[in-house]
Amino acid sequence: MSSIDLLNTTKPAHSPAPVQLRNVVRQFGEQRVIDGLDLDIAPGEFVALLGASGSGKTTLLRSLAGLDSIDSGQLLVPKARAAVFQEPRLMPWKRAWKNVILGLHIPDAKARAVQALTEVGLAHRLEAYPATLSGGEAQRVALARGLVREPKLLLLDEPFAALDALTRIRMHRLIIELWRKHTPAVLLVTHDVDEAILLADRVIVLANGKIADQLTIDLPRARDTGQEGFQAIRARLLSLLGVEVDTAAAAERRAPNASIRRFAHG
Amino acid sequence: MTEKTFDPSSASSSFSVNKAARHTGELQGASRLLPNWVRNWRTPEVLLRLLSPIALLLLWELASQAGLIPQRVIAAPSQIGGTLWAMIASGELGKHLLVSLQRALVGLSIGVSIGVVAALISGLSKRGEVILDSPLQMLRTIPSLALVPLFILWFGIGEFTKIALIVTGTTFPVYLNLFAGIRNIDPKLIEAANTLGLNRRELIWHVILPGSLPSFFVGLRYSLGISWLALVFVEQINTTAGIGFLASDARDFMRTDVIVICLLIYSVLGLLIDGLIRTLERFALAWRPSFVRN
Repeated sequence: MSSIDLLNTTKPAHSPAPVQLRNVVRQFGEQRVIDGLDLDIAPGEFVALLGASGSGKTTLLRSLAGLDSIDSGQLLVPKARAAVFQEPRLMPWKRAWKNVILGLHIPDAKARAVQALTEVGLAHRLEAYPATLSGGEAQRVALARGLVREPKLLLLDEPFAALDALTRIRMHRLIIELWRKHTPAVLLVTHDVDEAILLADRVIVLANGKIADQLTIDLPRARDTGQEGFQAIRARLLSLLGVEVDTAAAAERRAPNASIRRFAHG
Repeated sequence: MTEKTFDPSSASSSFSVNKAARHTGELQGASRLLPNWVRNWRTPEVLLRLLSPIALLLLWELASQAGLIPQRVIAAPSQIGGTLWAMIASGELGKHLLVSLQRALVGLSIGVSIGVVAALISGLSKRGEVILDSPLQMLRTIPSLALVPLFILWFGIGEFTKIALIVTGTTFPVYLNLFAGIRNIDPKLIEAANTLGLNRRELIWHVILPGSLPSFFVGLRYSLGISWLALVFVEQINTTAGIGFLASDARDFMRTDVIVICLLIYSVLGLLIDGLIRTLERFALAWRPSFVRN
């Protein structure tokens, strides 16, 4: 794992994929939310999962997190995995550092918590109760709580959706920094096409419980939306999601969606 | 008799109120003095709050002295104060108070313990809920004081019946609230705990119990109130000690001063215990936003 060059995305061929899904089916009643899905995620690979509401993104992530079972197929995930959700899901009655090491059976837990919180820039909020943290701070504690477990797979379920735009930019940088340092495979579920392109090695578009298409993003990092090639990838992904855009109109079209989403998650 | 009464800015309204005050001469005299006091000094709010009770006591005392309120109806404050002092000095009040407190505490601690254990059993396991919840829900609808005749037949008229009645009264508020608290824990937190790899024991200890603690305190407050209520009642059954006994004994001798003292003790104890629970909450629920901000 140490040999992976994360700056320029490559899939290392030598180690087996930590995540392997073969013909996975999950259904609620008659409706197949995941319908014969095949997916491999390589060690240290950053995969973003895009899809309209009801496309099965969250169900897939929950299955990978072990929160939901599958009805048929094969699902292989590493035991060492961590999930960060849209809400921080911190225990309100535990101070930040205790939240970080919750459920961890290691000696010298406090030192590990301090280290993990320092990594996310919260060394000064060790003793804070979650109620006193801002949205961004709480989400960073949740991130530290995930990473302190040294996961082989990090699952992110729209972790930045409820944050304001500025905090989100900072979080994007932080997540890339931490990903490079800890080298977990990452599966990011998101609504935000820009976010997916900014962060991921590979973007998967899910529709009707199947992979509709996937795109390897080989833009050099650190990326930004003004980068050459960015808008082309963006238009392509949006068309896969059923939104036809020419690049000029894109911003206008996206705006109302973005605000609706923010309210919905507010 | 509020401050507004003496507000000179709206002449017509204050005029009509002054008219009403004229019927009771003592009030007018007292109330003329007080607003001046307020206007000249910026008196602390505590003192302002004390004004109306003191005025009321004064009025009461004067009416008693003047013979407007016969002692048979209610004793004068001065007499009540004198009796209170005598009862404290002789140790009589302390003795009765101790007995009552002991009963309440024993009954309460047994009742709360049963409530907590039952809520944990039915809150934490589906089978426990099936077995325990419906009988408890049935029992809780019976007013505990309605059990008095049955308890007397079963357990006699001794101390056991008294404690048992307090126990039956205090079990259910704790049970109901703690059970609801356990079941209402945010499922997202439970999910988070599962993804963090907490086992069942850790889940209960780190998530479910601390999360249901606020509900437990709500139940505890109810139970405390009920324990006092039950105390008043059970201490009228064949007792020779306790605040309830003191009150019923005073009734037989028409000692209205002693009855008022008993009422005062109940209210003061209620206040003290509420303060105690508040302090407990401040420590146990320090993480709650309302406490965190202080």
